[in-house]
Amino acid sequence: MTKKPISQTPPLAACAVTRDGGAVRVALAGDWRMGATIPDVQAVAAALQGSEKPASLTFEAAGVTGWDSRLLAFCLRIMRLAEAAGVAVDTSGLPEGAGSLMDLAVKVPERKGAAKKETAESFLERVGEVALGIGQAVGNLLEFLGEVTLACGNLLRGRAVFQRSQLALLIKQAGLDALPIVSLISLLVGLILAFVGAIQLQQFGAQIYVSTIVGIAMVRVMGAIMTGIIMAGRTGAAYAAELGTMQVNEEIDALRTFGFSPTEFLVLPRLIALVLMMPLLCIYADLMGVLGGFIVGSLMLGINPVQYFSNTWQSVPLANFWIGLVHSTVFGVLVALAGCYRGMRCGRSALAVGQAATSAVVTSILAIIIATAIITVVCNILGI
Amino acid sequence: MVMDAAPPRITVKNLDMSYGDFVIMRDLDFTIRRGDIFIVMGGSGCGKSTLLRVLVGLKEPAKGQVLYQEGSLWEVDEDSRDAILRKTGILYQRGALFSSMTLAENIAMPLQQYTRLPAKEIRELASLKLALVGLAGFEDFYPSEISGGMVKRAGLARAMALDPDILFFDEPSAGLDPVSAHLLDELILEIRDSLHATIVVVTHELASIFAIGNNCVFLDVETRTMTASGDPKELLQNTTDANLRHFLTRGEK
Ligand SMILES: Nc1ncnc2c1ncn2[C@@H]1O[C@H](COP(=O)(O)OP(=O)(O)OP(=O)(O)O)[C@@H](O)[C@H]1O
Ligand SMILES: [Mg+2]
Repeated sequence: MTKKPISQTPPLAACAVTRDGGAVRVALAGDWRMGATIPDVQAVAAALQGSEKPASLTFEAAGVTGWDSRLLAFCLRIMRLAEAAGVAVDTSGLPEGAGSLMDLAVKVPERKGAAKKETAESFLERVGEVALGIGQAVGNLLEFLGEVTLACGNLLRGRAVFQRSQLALLIKQAGLDALPIVSLISLLVGLILAFVGAIQLQQFGAQIYVSTIVGIAMVRVMGAIMTGIIMAGRTGAAYAAELGTMQVNEEIDALRTFGFSPTEFLVLPRLIALVLMMPLLCIYADLMGVLGGFIVGSLMLGINPVQYFSNTWQSVPLANFWIGLVHSTVFGVLVALAGCYRGMRCGRSALAVGQAATSAVVTSILAIIIATAIITVVCNILGI
Repeated sequence: MVMDAAPPRITVKNLDMSYGDFVIMRDLDFTIRRGDIFIVMGGSGCGKSTLLRVLVGLKEPAKGQVLYQEGSLWEVDEDSRDAILRKTGILYQRGALFSSMTLAENIAMPLQQYTRLPAKEIRELASLKLALVGLAGFEDFYPSEISGGMVKRAGLARAMALDPDILFFDEPSAGLDPVSAHLLDELILEIRDSLHATIVVVTHELASIFAIGNNCVFLDVETRTMTASGDPKELLQNTTDANLRHFLTRGEK
C-alpha cells in the first residue's frame, strides 16, 4: 500500500551552469522540495570535465523559493563530483542554513572500507560456499547436541542450574494448554479413520472391525504423530521464537555473563517439559481418537456401544500402546531440540526470528516423519 | 534567538497521563513555540517517554488536550491526525530501527511510502541523512552490526527522513561520547536554524540542556506533576524549587 504522495503537481526546480573564466557558477532557482522535479547534474559534470579544468565552483541561489534535504543531496552530489575533479567548492552562495548543513554533512569523513561491496560470485564460488555452509551447519548441530548431552548429564547428577518455577510454567504450557487442540484434532482423526474404514468394511458386513482399525491406528502411530505435529506447530515454533527474541535482545549473552549455561537454563527445562508431556498427550489423543471412532461406529453403523469398546480392548495388543509411547517420547525430544536449536542459533533481527520459527516447524515435522519410518522398520525387524 | 512572539506549535492543556489506574503525571500545561528547542527533563521513570508517546499520538491521554497548530490531536478525525503526524519525526529511546533492513533502507522506507522520488535519489537522500549524523559509509550495515551510539544516530537520521516540521528526540545523546554528543547538539541547533523545525528533546545531559534548550518543562517524580517551565538558563538562576535546583546542579547544593 502506498500512501498519497506529499505533493500532486510537481513544482519545477532549475539549475543553470555558466562558465566564467576559471570559475563554474551553478545558479539554482525554483522549488527544491520533496514534490519537485529536479534536474540532474549532467551539465555540472560536463563543465567540470571540460577541456580546461576550472579553478573553482560557486553556488548561487537567489531564485530558490523553497528547499529541503533534496537540495542538499543535489549539492552534495555536485561537491563529490568537484572533489573528484579536484575543484575547490564555495558553498557560501547557498541559501542560509543550507551551507552550514552541507559543512556538517562532510565534517565526519566517510568511513572508508566500511561500505560493503556487492561482488559478483562465480558458480564455483557459490557451490563452495554452500558446501562450507553445510559443513558448518552440521558442526553447529553436533555442538548443540553435545551441549545438550552435557546438560542432561548435569541434570542426572542433580547439578543442572535452571528455575523450577520456569519448568512448571513450561509444563503447563506444553501440557494443559495444548489439550483443547489435541482433543479436537484427535477426535477428528478418529472420525475420519472410522469413516474411511466403514465404507470398505460395510461391503463385507464386517463393520465391527472399525473398532480394531481405529484402535490400532490411533494407539500405534496416529495418536503420537498427530500430537507430534501439533506440538511442532504450537510449542516448537514458540520455543524458537522465544529463544530467538532473547537472542535479539542479548538476553542470552546476559545469561552467559552471569555464569549460567544457556543450554541448561533455557533448553533443558523445555526438553524436560516436552518429554514429560508428549506421552501423556499421546495417551489422551489415543483416547480421543477411539472416542471419534466410537461416535461413527455407534451413530452411523449402529454398533452396540459396549461391544465397540470391548472389541477395541481385545483387538489392540498392549505392545501397540508401548510403541505409541516410544514414538511420542522420541517426538518430544525432537520437537524440543529443533525448536531450541533454531532459537539459540537465531540471527539478530525480526526477520531472523520469523525464519527461526518457520524452520523449527519444518525441521520438527521432517524429523518426526523420519523417526516414524525408522521406528517402524525397527519394529518390523523385531517382529512387534 | 527565538522571540517570544513565535506562534505556538503544540499546546498541552490540563494533561493527565496514566497506565490503567496508575497515574504517571497530572495537570501538565505548557506551550511549545515554533522554532523552539524544547527540553523535557525529569528523573528516570517520571514519564518523559510516556509524554512523547502522548504528543505523537501513540498513547491516549487520560485527560486533557494536545493542541497542534492544525487541531487537537485526540479530537480530529483519523485523516487529519495522520496529516499532522506526517509532519513529525521521532527518535525512540531504544532506536527502534527495523532490524531486518539496512540503515539506508530504514531511512528510505518512509521516502518510498510518501514520495515518488526515483530509487537512486532516495538512496542519495538516505546517504545525506546518514552523513549529517556522522555515519557516512554505513549505508549497507544492519542495525545489529553497529554500536549502541550509532543506533541512536541512525535513528535520528531516520527521524529526519521526511524533513519533518517537528522532531521528537528521546535521549538522543545517551550512549554517545562527549565529542559526538557535542556534534549532535550542533546538528540539532543546525536543523532548527536551517530547516526551521521545532524540536522536542528528552535529555538528562545538563551540558546539552543549557547549550541547546531555549524552553523546557520539568516533570517532578515526587509530586507527579510539572513544577517548572521556561528557559532552562533562567530557571537555574531563579528557581526556588529544591528538586529542580538539585536536578540542574547535579545534586550539588
Ligand atoms: N506499558 C506500561 N505499562 C505500565 N506502566 C508503564 C508502562 N510504560 C511505562 N510505565 C511506567 O510509567 C512510568 C514512566 O515511564 P517512562 O518510560 O515514561 O519514564 P521516563 O521518564 O522516560 O524514564 P527514563 O528517563 O528512564 O527513560 C514508569 O514508572 C514506568 O514504570
Ligand atoms: Mg524514557
